[in-house]
Amino acid sequence: MPTETEKSPIIEVRHMIKSFGTQPVLDDINLNVYPGEIMVVIGGSGCGKSTLLRHLIGSLNPDQGTVKLFGRDITTMSEAKLNEVRKRFGILFQSAALFNSLTVGENVALLLREHTNLDESTIEIMVKIKLELVGLREHANKMPAQLSGGMKKRAGLARAIALDPQILFYDEPSSGLDPVTSAQIDRLIIDLTKKLRVTSVVVTHQMDSAFTIADRMCMLDKGRILKIGSRQEFETLRDSNPDRLQSEQDKLIRQFLRGDAHGPITERKMTSDYEEDLLMVSLKHER
Amino acid sequence: MKRLDSKSDKAAKMTPLAQVAAAVGRFTLKTGRSIFSILGGMSLLLGQASSSATKGLLIPGQQIGRDTLILQMVRVGVRAIPIVILVQMAIGMILPLQMFPKLDEFGQSEQIATINAITSFRELGPLMTAVVLSGFAGASIAAELGTMVTTEEIEALQASALNPVRFLVVPRLLATIIMMVMLTVIADVVMIASGMLTSVKLGIDSDTYFQLTLEAVNITSFATGLVKAGVFGLLIGLIACFLGLSVKPWQGSEGVGRATTNTVVYSIVAIIATDAVFTLIFYSYGLFD
Repeated sequence: MPTETEKSPIIEVRHMIKSFGTQPVLDDINLNVYPGEIMVVIGGSGCGKSTLLRHLIGSLNPDQGTVKLFGRDITTMSEAKLNEVRKRFGILFQSAALFNSLTVGENVALLLREHTNLDESTIEIMVKIKLELVGLREHANKMPAQLSGGMKKRAGLARAIALDPQILFYDEPSSGLDPVTSAQIDRLIIDLTKKLRVTSVVVTHQMDSAFTIADRMCMLDKGRILKIGSRQEFETLRDSNPDRLQSEQDKLIRQFLRGDAHGPITERKMTSDYEEDLLMVSLKHER
Repeated sequence: MKRLDSKSDKAAKMTPLAQVAAAVGRFTLKTGRSIFSILGGMSLLLGQASSSATKGLLIPGQQIGRDTLILQMVRVGVRAIPIVILVQMAIGMILPLQMFPKLDEFGQSEQIATINAITSFRELGPLMTAVVLSGFAGASIAAELGTMVTTEEIEALQASALNPVRFLVVPRLLATIIMMVMLTVIADVVMIASGMLTSVKLGIDSDTYFQLTLEAVNITSFATGLVKAGVFGLLIGLIACFLGLSVKPWQGSEGVGRATTNTVVYSIVAIIATDAVFTLIFYSYGLFD
């Protein structure tokens, strides 16, 4: 486990703010990710975690603040410079996002053909190596449509590591998968991080997966970071006695980590102005 | 709540006529804005596409894949051949049948050949092909690209430092342009042949028909038709690519459907409007004398 004083962060987000229209989505995000660690970003649906990820890969630009990858601010970069940075990270999308008109092998080969000067035979070997890493070597000639959900994710992962990236991003890697496949993907994330010595940022709302793979965790809620800490800290919080927790925030995080039906998150949702809502209906019809 | 009240108060003060005028104004503003944003977006896309197509010609390693282009040409054009032939056969039959009685009154029935030749090479060849192709190629390109947006494929391309314009738009644009021109040649020939067959059935001598056709058509008619065909192809490809890529990921299948429908509608409108402009220009330059 790297400590904060040892290394400088490979990803550094400072005071990042983003709104869609008048709706604030991310509010003053500060986050460091250090080389070699697996950072898991957790949070409920619509909390802004996918949006955060899209800022880290340069798909979206923040309204304010900076996002530094490898020490360089990507928010002010030209498209050409950003493309150079993009070659140094890989991303596994939620839907795997394989290019459907190409076979699994071609999906991986495409990046090598476009971004390297390797000859065809080397590319072919590289493709085999990448596919073997994710256990899909025998399926290189299949079209994405012929693959199961888990295989698609693994193929997407093979494509993500095609250019030997230093950072890997995962958007909900185990969503829509059965428990066993999901556990396999978790295993793969840990293995790849160790074998390839990459830094991983995983966005997920599946807690067992998060606790399996994380070195550190970050809890996002309504566009704000509630807590960043080691996996142990989060585990302690999860297993703590609710009556002993002082802050409302800790209780909220605890409920999310445990997946309890009752707690601050549920109460917050129920306090919407139900009576006023009903009143509005009757007022509207009186007119 | 307050905002609602003030708005309805304001509306209540306006006379019905003013309300109608306001509605028309709002509609015009909205339509105007969307037309401008579409035209602007399409010009931008055209600029990007031409720049990456030029780069593809000049810089090694940036070429547009020949396989991709051929694949698109087959998809866009080759499969449309039977439909173009069918449509042009019908048109080539309709025109002589409609014209024959009137022309026969003046004893000019063989002039059917002239009319058929001029309309097919200058007008209906390119136009009907474009209409077929906007339904055939335009719709499928828009649906394909729109679906690629919703399945995050476009985002994946960008995140892999691959330019979607170079990878997807350029081959599709080139394919629609090339295939439009090629299909137009087929359409021209089929319409003439079909018109000839019909005319022979109506009692016109086939030699006379052939002679009059050759007299009516010069290289300018043929060329202007093909220029128009190329431009129509560009319009179809551009509109389809632009609307397909404009689908937002969260719009899902509804967004893809809308993009597909709009592509066909906008393409046909754009094609006919452009045709009118072209015809005016050609006419005023005396190309039709």
